[in-house]
Parts: sequence; structure tokens; C-alpha cells
Amino acid sequence: MAGTGIVRERVAAPEAPPPILSLRNVSREFSGVRALDDVSLEIRRGEVHGLVGENGCGKSTLIKILAGYYEPEPGAAIALDGVPVALPVPAAGGLADRISFVHQHLALIPELTVVENLRMRSVARAGLGATVSWSRERRRAQETLARYGVDIDPAATVLSLSPTDRARLAIVRAGEDLRAALGGGDAVCGLLVLDEPTVFLPREGIETLFGLVEEVVARGASVLFVSHDLDEVRSVTDRITVLRDGRVQATLTTAETTKQQLIELITGREHVARPPARDCARDGAPQVRVSGLTARRIRDLDFVLHRGEVVAFTGLIGSGAEEVPYALFGAAEGARGQLELDGATHDLARLTPDAAVRHRIGLLPGDRANQGSAPSLTVLENLLLLALPRFRRRGVLDRRAMRREAQSMLDAFDVRPRDPLAPYGTLSGGNQQKVLLAKWFDSEPSLMLLDEPTQGVDVGAREEIFELLRQRTRAGTCIVVASTDYEQLDLIADRVLVLAHGRIATELVGDDITRARIAHEVYVAGDAWPSAGDDTTGGPER
Amino acid sequence: MTDVTDVHPGRQRTPASTRPAPDRQGDRTRTSHRQLGSRLALPAAWIVVLIVFSLLKPETFPTAANFQTIFGSQAVLVVLALGLLIPLTTGDFDVSVAQVLAVSSMLVALLNAKHGWPLGAAIAVALAAGVLVGAINALLVVGLQLDSFIATIGMSSVLTGVVYSISGGRTISGIDDQLSNVVVLERVLGLAPAFWYGLLLCAALWFVFEYTPLGRRLLFTGRGRNVARLSGIRVGRVRAGALVASATIAAAAGVLYAGTLGGADPTSGAQFLFPAFAAVFLGSTTIVPGRFNPWGTVVAVYFLVSGITGLQLLGAQSYVQYLFYGIALIVAVALAQLVRMRRVREEASAGV
Repeated sequence: MAGTGIVRERVAAPEAPPPILSLRNVSREFSGVRALDDVSLEIRRGEVHGLVGENGCGKSTLIKILAGYYEPEPGAAIALDGVPVALPVPAAGGLADRISFVHQHLALIPELTVVENLRMRSVARAGLGATVSWSRERRRAQETLARYGVDIDPAATVLSLSPTDRARLAIVRAGEDLRAALGGGDAVCGLLVLDEPTVFLPREGIETLFGLVEEVVARGASVLFVSHDLDEVRSVTDRITVLRDGRVQATLTTAETTKQQLIELITGREHVARPPARDCARDGAPQVRVSGLTARRIRDLDFVLHRGEVVAFTGLIGSGAEEVPYALFGAAEGARGQLELDGATHDLARLTPDAAVRHRIGLLPGDRANQGSAPSLTVLENLLLLALPRFRRRGVLDRRAMRREAQSMLDAFDVRPRDPLAPYGTLSGGNQQKVLLAKWFDSEPSLMLLDEPTQGVDVGAREEIFELLRQRTRAGTCIVVASTDYEQLDLIADRVLVLAHGRIATELVGDDITRARIAHEVYVAGDAWPSAGDDTTGGPER
Repeated sequence: MTDVTDVHPGRQRTPASTRPAPDRQGDRTRTSHRQLGSRLALPAAWIVVLIVFSLLKPETFPTAANFQTIFGSQAVLVVLALGLLIPLTTGDFDVSVAQVLAVSSMLVALLNAKHGWPLGAAIAVALAAGVLVGAINALLVVGLQLDSFIATIGMSSVLTGVVYSISGGRTISGIDDQLSNVVVLERVLGLAPAFWYGLLLCAALWFVFEYTPLGRRLLFTGRGRNVARLSGIRVGRVRAGALVASATIAAAAGVLYAGTLGGADPTSGAQFLFPAFAAVFLGSTTIVPGRFNPWGTVVAVYFLVSGITGLQLLGAQSYVQYLFYGIALIVAVALAQLVRMRRVREEASAGV
């Protein structure tokens, strides 16, 4: 199987060694949207090449094309080490010999030991009759780890390792897979793709990891380093390619590039026309007051919401923004802090979801299929789950009234089809989300928590959802929304709190809330570690 | 999550929901015909089985005595399967129900026949034992978060040991006739009282599942545990309650069993486990297809029993029941899976 994707026909050999990977005119469309538009990219031998861009810029699509997961459109050309690759890249790893991937989630098996994880690929490839000598594997693993200067106990389970050691193990494994493909010599000539490997690591861990990256490169490999964190990208790469809206904006030499330049290339300079003025009455006492909110990633947040206000939380992956809605609902383990709502104070460490519902808090989870709904049940059942007590007549559900009520809710929220008995899972994403909004809004929450409310929702339904949110805020509900969709925040938020490393880095209000400005603040803040006052661009700390 | 954000799942799906809703009206009548078909397939199959065996064995099969046996003798299985239905609805297995039945019937026999306790007291102890086992199961499965299948298999083996130890491995007979009278002998409308008890329990469960908020909470706890939790349902309590209910109902089935036999034997519990699972899973393909449901369960029990009785009248050996129950369970689960796969395809084509 190995190497079937490579056509043995060398391109005219130049004096310098050919780039390890070259992409020409790679495009890919999804239902009319160009995720990648004529992308050309070259990664040299022994180079660390950064790939940066906003969410949705096409980074993932590009990586998935390299992995053989998506087909590029006709006209694309990919060459590995100067040898053209037959397209599409065969799924299940036609390039796997020469390109090795380390994704954010590392693909380690936590219950197994370091040796087992390290040798997974060679063990998986051995024939059925082969036997595995674990004493030999252990010795080899020890040698391998020593070669990269990584001091991990080969007999330890991955579960017992620190996040940093897990990431190092994944990188060593990827490097070893490349080496094995070349017959096990000392040189590692291939491409290592590191896709957001640092997101969940502490700062010391990141430095250790970079040491390892240099070690791998010193052995002859090239690295494609995908990250949101511009300081990291600047400190570890030789060149950087910026993608925006599926197009290559520029490929720059890192040493000659400032962070400001990168931010401008990533976010663009366009300014979106302002939506209707925000008509939020900010007078009077706040309706919601949160103090000392702490969870897995967030640290000691204090903020207030006024009646009818929409406050957004955003930040890079790992900033903790996505934790805020769950922590305020009693649905995040280990959350602490105080929530003052409607004159009562609740201890968030002891708040449970059922108590939150009683206190008139609502949560629209980001994971609609697993946390938001039961797709196999009907629209009516999902819609009226919270309202059941209302339909109880002497302990019996009044099913006719339920049908009527469901029908009128579907009308009011313009859910299509208007069929309360349709299986929920057969609705389109936008209609599914409208059903869940109807479900929660029907309970007239004081505080509504949203996580990525328009994920998987088409453009038309998006507008309708925004309008439903506005209606709700006019009725006095406060809304907390966590999202990385800056354009959406631009349209709905009265205030945007940018989180970095679990703390509020910047607060944007009024006309400062634009897609470009939010993106700018997110990148600037994301790079400033709260403990280190290294950079003048770091946002104000609170 | 990060995998999908970059490829814009939202934008990809634009055409799906801006497309006008396909002719739902026509769609609906077509689906409702299909639904009616799948709802009534099993009852229809049952009727076919009855007709076929009546034609093949006109002297022995379509007789009052035979139907009395079919309906009366299997009431214990009906009650046991209905109990099992509850934790299956909330998403947990309870493999210990059959051995709870054995313990309960043995307790009634021992306390009443051997130790001379009044019947009422013996029954109360048997039911209390069911509650206790259910509570321990709940503690293991909900409290310690053990896998319900494994925890209740363990419990099942423990209970087998308990039955043998309290009975000394012997069959105990001589229970007060009163119990047999109210369970099998004093017929109502020509059928044993046990049959009517089963029917009553079925109606009660159907009412709870369909017409009370509790029923909806049970359903959501099984179908989307996270959704249920994030909608304010106390999932732990619901699951624990379901396990206690199934064990208690299994204990009640044990009391009926003791009444049917007029005694108890230590080996008989295990033979109920498979038929009960087969009936509940087969029942979930009918009446309300795709959901574990009480009427479907009852129909499934009698479908299976009619088939087995008929085959035995034709001269089949008694082992035919094992084949029959096993095949029924596999077919039922396979049917449910096929329905699920079809639904996934439909959802995919609907652009979800």
C-alpha cells in the first residue's frame, strides 16, 4: 500500500533540493462556498512553516486535503519531495509515509503505556502471524525517547503523563513514523504537521515542545505549524503563510515580519456596516452580577449584565470563553463563584442544572445533537420538555393542549415544517435551533446562556435567530453568549469581553464592536500571557 | 468541535433549509401509512401464527384450554418484562430481574410453607427484598457510575447464590392455596387472574409513559441524558427510581410465580431472563415503533408464546423455545437497527 499515491517520475532536478511539499492551485468548494481558493504553498526542507488565519479561513480544509480526507478540485497539483502525487490523495494515508500529523487531540490511547502508544503504528502494520516482543519494543522505545532527549518512563500509562509530556510523546511518535518509513535510518526526511498542538499546554510546556520541534527539524524533517497563537508562531517558524477566506494572503519570512503585520493580514481591514443602533437601557442596577467565576480554564471573572443586555465572551481556543455559559448553569465541573440574579445570590459551586432552571436560567448548548436535543424524539417532545408541568391537569398531561401550544409556538418561531410530530432530527440545523430557542424562551428566562448559537445554521435562519434574540432582550432577558464567530458578535452583542488564558483581557462596547476589531483584540490578547508583562500590546488586565 | 468550525458546516448547509419544505402533506400521509404498517406488523403476525396453528392442529390448538394456558401461564413473564421495560427506557440494563423473581418466589415459599408465616407477611417481605435489590443496583449504577450491564450481571449471580443458600437447593412446595386461588384458579371471564394483573400493570405503565410528565422525563433520560440534565431533570433520581421499580415489579412477578406453581424451585429464575429481554426488544418494534412500550411488550410475549406452544403441539421438542426466543431477540434488535440506519439516511438527506 505504501507509496501508491506517488508517481515515479522526477521533475527536472534543480540544484537546491526540491521542497518537501509543494501545493499548486488547490481549491475546494462546499455547497457554493469556496473554502480554499487557488492555494499555492511550498514547504522547504528543514523548515518550520507557520500556517495562520481566523476560524473558517480554510486551514482545516487544507490539512484535511493533505490527509486525504477531502479531494481537491481538478487542476490542483501536489508534489512531495519533487515527485508529483496522484490526485486525489488516497484516503487512509497515501502520503502517510512522508507526512505525519499531530492534531490537537493527539490521538494517543490514554489507558495504554508509552511504549504501546509509541509503537502503535508498527504493531498495527505487522502481519497476522507476527509476534510482538515487548521487551524489545520497550528497549527500542527507550532508545527513541533518549534520541529526542525526552525523559518519559516508557512503562507509564499515557493517562499518568502531564499534558506536555503527552504532546511530546505524540510528536516523537510522528517523527518516528517518518523515520520508519525511510527504512529506519537516522535521517528523518518528511513533513510533520502540527495542528494546534499547544492549545492546552502551560507555558513551560510550550517551550519544551519547541525544543523538541527543533530537535526533529535538526534531523532533516520539515514542520507545518498551525496555530492561532501569533507569538508562538513567530518564535518557532522560519516562514509564515497567512490564509484568509480560503486565499493565501502572503507568505512571509518570520524574521522580517512584525506581529502587527500578521494581525492585519489575518483579520483584513474591511469594516462591516453598523447594524441598527443598540437600544439597550443601561440605567438602573444590573440584573445579573457574577463575581469570582472560576472553572477549568477561567479564572476569577467579575461582570454584570443589565436588563436586556447581550454580553459576549470570545477568545482563542483554550481561552475559556466557551466555558462561561456552562459554568453559570451549574453544568461545568469544578466551577466556583457567585451569581446574583433577580435579587437572590447563588453559589455556583453548588448550583445544579435543575436548580438553575428553577431560578429561570436557560442554556442553549453548542453541541446540539448530544446536549441540546434528543433527535430521535419528536419536535413536540423536545419543544415542551420544560413546559410539562403547565399541561398537567390532575396529574395527567393534556395532550390536546400540548399539540395546540406546540403548533402555535412553531408558528411564532417560524419553524418549518410546522409539524409538531416530525422527528426532531429530520429538521434542518436552523429549524432545530429555533425549536430549542422556542423551548427556552417559553419559560421566560431571566438569564439566557448561549454557546455558539448559530453553529450549523444557514444564513437565512441566522438572521431570524438574531431577531428572536432581540425580541427576547426587549422582554428583559439578559443574554450571555460564547462564540468565536466575530461577525455574529458584531451583530448581536452590546458588550464583548475578550478572554485570554482564562481572564478578561479587553472589553469592547458600542462602535468598537466590529468584526475586525474583535479579531484584532482576540489575537493581541491571546498572545499576552497574564503573568508576563513582556509585550506592550497586551490588553488591560482586570 | 474545532474540526468543524473551519469548514463552515453552517454555510455548507445553506441549500438544505432555504429549499422550501418538501411537500410535507403528501409526505405525511405516505409516512403515516408506512407507520401504521410497522405499528401493526407484530399483532398481524401474531394473528397469522394463531390461524396457521389452528389450521395445522385444529383439535388441540384453537381450544379454550390451550388459550387459557397461553394467557394464564405467561402472565408472570408479562409482568417481569413490563418491569424490565422501565430501566431500558431510561437507558440502563437490569439483568438481575430474573433472579429477583427467583428470590422473591423462594422467600414466599419458605416463609409461608416452611416457617408458617401468614401469606400477607411473606409477600411483604418478598416485595421488600425487591426494593432492597433495586436500591443496591441504583447505588452501584447511579451512585458509583458502574456500567449497568456489568453491575446487574454481578447482582444476578449473587442472587442465584442467595436462592440456593436459603432453599438448600431444594424445591419448596405447600404454599397456602389462597395464593394460587387469587393468581390462577379463580378465573375472571375465563382467564386466570394473573393475566388480568399483567394487563392492569400494562395499562398503568402505558398511562404513565404517555400521559404524565414523569413518563416524558423517563424517556428523555434514556434518549438524551445530557439534554435531560441540562433541561433540569434530575437524571440520577430518575435512573435510580427506574431500577428500584424494575426490581420491585420483578419481585411481584415472583409472587405470581409462586402462586402459579404453589411453591418455588431454585432453578426456575434463569429461564425467564431471555424471554423477558426478547419480549421487550421485540415489543419496541410495534405499537409505538422505535420505543420500548408496554402494549408492544405484551403483544410480543403472546406472539412468542403462541408460536412456541404451536410448535410444541406439532411435536417439536421443548428446546425449540430457546431457538425461538434467541432468534426473536436478534431479529428485534436487527430490525430496530435497520430503522435507525434508515432514519440516519433520511436525516442526512434532509441536510441535518
